[in-house]
Amino acid sequence: MLVKVFVTPRKDILDPQGRAVEQSLKSLGFKNVSDVRIGKYITLNVEASSLEEARAEAARMCEQLLANPVIEDYRFEVENS
Amino acid sequence: MKWGVIRFPGSLDDADALWALGEVMGQEARALWHKDETLGGAECVVLPGGFSYGDYLRCGAIARFAPIMRAVAHFAAEGGLVIGICNGFQILCEARLLPGALTRNRSLSFICQPVTVRVENAATPFTCAARKGDLLRLPIKHGEGRYVAPEAELDAMERRGQVLLRYVDDRGEASDAANPNGSMRSIAGVANERFNVFGLMPHPEHAVESALFGQDGLRLFESIVLSRSSLRLSQERAVR
Repeated sequence: MLVKVFVTPRKDILDPQGRAVEQSLKSLGFKNVSDVRIGKYITLNVEASSLEEARAEAARMCEQLLANPVIEDYRFEVENS
Repeated sequence: MKWGVIRFPGSLDDADALWALGEVMGQEARALWHKDETLGGAECVVLPGGFSYGDYLRCGAIARFAPIMRAVAHFAAEGGLVIGICNGFQILCEARLLPGALTRNRSLSFICQPVTVRVENAATPFTCAARKGDLLRLPIKHGEGRYVAPEAELDAMERRGQVLLRYVDDRGEASDAANPNGSMRSIAGVANERFNVFGLMPHPEHAVESALFGQDGLRLFESIVLSRSSLRLSQERAVR
């Protein structure tokens, strides 16, 4: 199964990278841009007998390593590969 | 007193820590390898600065899985003294031995400069050779040193006295201008609830000789020696 994990800085955490990119976009003329947040996109394959099993595995991976819950939120998608 | 300084792949400041403890302070300090499964009888373990495992994923996130970290967690759970400097602080946070996390500096720049920190709690094994309010001049050099934790947790930590060091100006006042990396509440160093694990972004091991930056860093290492010897003394008294 293919797992796609999206890790982003938590809403209440300052994201200086996002802020810098937002400023740059504005200086290019994209005045309507706001709330730029920069995170990570991780893909991986997991051997699992069902989508549910793969989802449970992915959740454990996120909790234990892929995201740090103190500073990051995560979500993931699982699909047959 | 016996000290162990852990070498992870990518550690940088292990040699300076060994020099500070061994050559400058005359302590029995030896290097520990990240693949070791024991701490070789160390009474205090140092996690030095650097870029362990290339800082992949997040700073300290991979080092947490080094074989020696199981021994460190066990040692800390038994009340053993652990100090993490810079990358060592990041590792201790990732290993959940300390609360909070270290994130990208507010400026997005790598910072290498002297800072002044104020001792906020001197009743700990890491600060007992100083007095509350003392100012220490130490160097920082990091890209990810902005300390963050949930507000409620910060309130609880402040109440318990877990904030040991805060960035301040030359007069000892905390301010936005004196906060080099944007850390919440200007926090430079924190301890765990039991006060046997301590992490800080400034580098005391780089401030131990008068010819090189001054000796304020010694105060923190001397605190640890002092706390161990007074502990030993009280244990001997109890035996008698």
